[in-house]
Amino acid sequence: MKILQALLGWIDDRFPLTATWKQHLSEYYAPKNFNFWYFFGSLALLVLVLQIVTGIFLTMHYKPDASLNAAGVSVAFASVEYIMRDVDWGWLIRYLHSTGASMFFVVVYLHMYRGLIYGSYRKPRELIWIFGCFIYVALMAEAFMGYLLPWGQMSFWGAQVIVNLFAAIPYIGDGLSTWIRGDFVISDATLNRFFSFHVIAVPLVLLGLVVMHLVALHEVGSNNPDGIEIKKKKDPNTGIPLDGIPFHPYYTVKDIFGVCVFLMVFSVILFFTPEMGGYFLEGNNFVPADPFKTPPHIAPLWYFTAFYSILRAVPPMFGSQFPGVIAMGMAIVVMFLLPWLDRSPVKSIRYRGAIYKWALALFVIAFFVLSYLGTQSVSELKNWLARIFSVIYFAFFIFMPWYTRIDKTKPEPERVTA
Amino acid sequence: MSNNEVNRTRRNLLIATSVVGGAGVATAAWPFIASMTPSAKAKGLGAPVDVDISKLEPGAKLTVAWQGKPVWIISRTTEMLDRLIKHDDRLTDPKSESSIQPEYCKNPYRSIKHEFMVAVGICTHLGCSPSDKLKPESDNETGPNWDGGFYCPCHGSRFDLATRVFNGSPAPTNLVIPPHKYLSATLIRIGDDSKGA
Amino acid sequence: MMKKIILAALLCVPLLAHASEEEVKLDSAQVNVEDKLSLQRGARVFVNYCVGCHSGSYMRYSRLEDLGLTEKQIVDNLMVTGEKPVETMTAALRRDDAKAWFGVAPPDLTLVARSRGADWLYTYLRTFYRDPSRPTGWNNTTFPNVAMPHALWALQGQQVLKEDGGKSHEGQAEKVLVLDKPGKLSPVEYDALVKDLVNYMVYMGEPAQTKRKETGIFVLFFLAGLTVLAYYLKKEFWKDIH
Repeated sequence: MKILQALLGWIDDRFPLTATWKQHLSEYYAPKNFNFWYFFGSLALLVLVLQIVTGIFLTMHYKPDASLNAAGVSVAFASVEYIMRDVDWGWLIRYLHSTGASMFFVVVYLHMYRGLIYGSYRKPRELIWIFGCFIYVALMAEAFMGYLLPWGQMSFWGAQVIVNLFAAIPYIGDGLSTWIRGDFVISDATLNRFFSFHVIAVPLVLLGLVVMHLVALHEVGSNNPDGIEIKKKKDPNTGIPLDGIPFHPYYTVKDIFGVCVFLMVFSVILFFTPEMGGYFLEGNNFVPADPFKTPPHIAPLWYFTAFYSILRAVPPMFGSQFPGVIAMGMAIVVMFLLPWLDRSPVKSIRYRGAIYKWALALFVIAFFVLSYLGTQSVSELKNWLARIFSVIYFAFFIFMPWYTRIDKTKPEPERVTA
Repeated sequence: MSNNEVNRTRRNLLIATSVVGGAGVATAAWPFIASMTPSAKAKGLGAPVDVDISKLEPGAKLTVAWQGKPVWIISRTTEMLDRLIKHDDRLTDPKSESSIQPEYCKNPYRSIKHEFMVAVGICTHLGCSPSDKLKPESDNETGPNWDGGFYCPCHGSRFDLATRVFNGSPAPTNLVIPPHKYLSATLIRIGDDSKGA
Repeated sequence: MMKKIILAALLCVPLLAHASEEEVKLDSAQVNVEDKLSLQRGARVFVNYCVGCHSGSYMRYSRLEDLGLTEKQIVDNLMVTGEKPVETMTAALRRDDAKAWFGVAPPDLTLVARSRGADWLYTYLRTFYRDPSRPTGWNNTTFPNVAMPHALWALQGQQVLKEDGGKSHEGQAEKVLVLDKPGKLSPVEYDALVKDLVNYMVYMGEPAQTKRKETGIFVLFFLAGLTVLAYYLKKEFWKDIH
């Protein structure tokens, strides 16, 4: 014991180990009234680690090569089946990664919704929100490029459609999309660069952003379901917020419980329905990429379909798809502006008025309906539905400065409620 | 008193959760470690190979792949075999006491049939593949009084035509002899020495 | 209140889904990959009737040991192509020849159960019928104008498509498949054979699936225990917080 303490002292003289532990865990004071919605931050971190570890092991066996092997199948596609069949426990590692990808979005969407209902993006947490939005964008890029790697039909045609979106940009579009692909169609060159981005470039950016997200959070302190600042009421002797409790051990033990429950849900999917009815792994992606034959029905994976719906809802104007692309881009950009759009005197939904609750409910419905429509083939009726709900999606943001100001709010409490 | 009770429960719960959780993490690590062992494909390709030696000329060498390793089959002439028994005093392990070979090859010629030598062509020092010096002609690499054999270009180990290592070589033992058997007079199966079939 | 609105709206989503149902009605294959004898029978049908033209290029013969067979049994009874059990089930037919004869190379079947689904395969293999207008003389109600001839016709016999006289609710004449010339097997036997074959193809699509489910049960039991411990640990610590 003494030796350990001496060792710790030796390290502390040279590296702020104990100080870091205290600053971020044992003496980081978090509000004591976190509820269910506050599990998803730590769960997102867990899934990130899981994706990195499984990714490292998949990279040992996967081959980013679109050329055909002796059996007439691309090497990349065959290497995924090699992982699923010939590598010891390869199927487990691959399913962990594919299930992890979808569950990452599930957790992140719930985490963002938490921010939405409790006003976690409001002053002084604007930068936390913005870093978070960047994480979300990086995650989309990561997921999109990773989805090309199995080199199945959906991989190929999904990438083909999305990269072609860039071609809609006036003047530079054609050159830009060719540059992204490194060829005139999605090809071996595209596969190799997507592999490079997927396994190293984007993960590095993601990790950096996560660190910034957490540093910013620990600088200003966590929000809570009441949306009030616990730092305003401190113990005069210790300077510790009266409603704050040390993150460790209280929230570490709570998060461990959350992790266990989450892992059970995760395991049920992974071990008993890894395809999740075609939402996590699509049937057509078990067919090798064929550049001459588009599958009859093509849609992105579920986590992109809301934005895909918005893209399809906007009709081509002046003979160009560009307006749709702009709308889809704006659907994401507008999230970054949230801290400045919300003019309500209160943060948490608990003290907001009916208008905001209706607006949020409509927004959530719009997001679900758009997500659903994005998985479906187009029809006249669905197109109109997509248009209506796209309008609702944007209206939530555009009219926010107005409706949050006129909304009848309730007074916030002095201290956090149970 | 009551404070003590609380602490004891807490301690026990902490220990139980840590032990179970730790066991879970350790178990979860296993599939990842196992995924790095040779795959079903690698194991399958490591299966025995059959080699036809009917076209191998006397005094010549044939190299085949078994488990991805070079396996040599040397057809030894009578002169070659005669020279083999003359230089035991210059060998590190002339009787192959500390070398790896199947029991049926633990003889001076290190073979089942003396005219055919089968060996894994990988130096027992650090794994390079020695090059042929089959003829009894001395040069800079073989040193004087060369009786024919192999020379490892990496660190200068020398072997005779029974792949036994010469004194003064960095390689500690003779080359490895793989399990093998004769399916017929001209067909050798490498990697399998089971009786029957 | 908000929760109720969202719930109500989400309940409407399946109504939309119903509007876009598949047009072909599929029979349920009711496969069971735990049934090793069925898988063995299916594997035999597969190597005898399918591997002539189709490959299973990710499926190693040696993997059939999963079905409770020894390597010797596999080599003697099931290895129709290739030389070593480690080799995969490559088609006897060359891809280029196939393309010349059928217009398309017969697709690899290793993963077909994952892309098409068991029910589709089960239905498809039972709905071939004689159609003189097609180059092969065969057509299929599940996969109209398919390039593949009926490989199992000697077993099933010949079906023809006939109007059954009744009208469907859309007002079009309902057409049904009728067995014209019986094959070696009775319809019941033939359906059982196809079921075994499809069962094998489902297994071949993901040979690890049995192990996956077994592992899953073990993992869930373990996690359930850990969750209970974690719950009481959390509760114990949170006694401090008032």
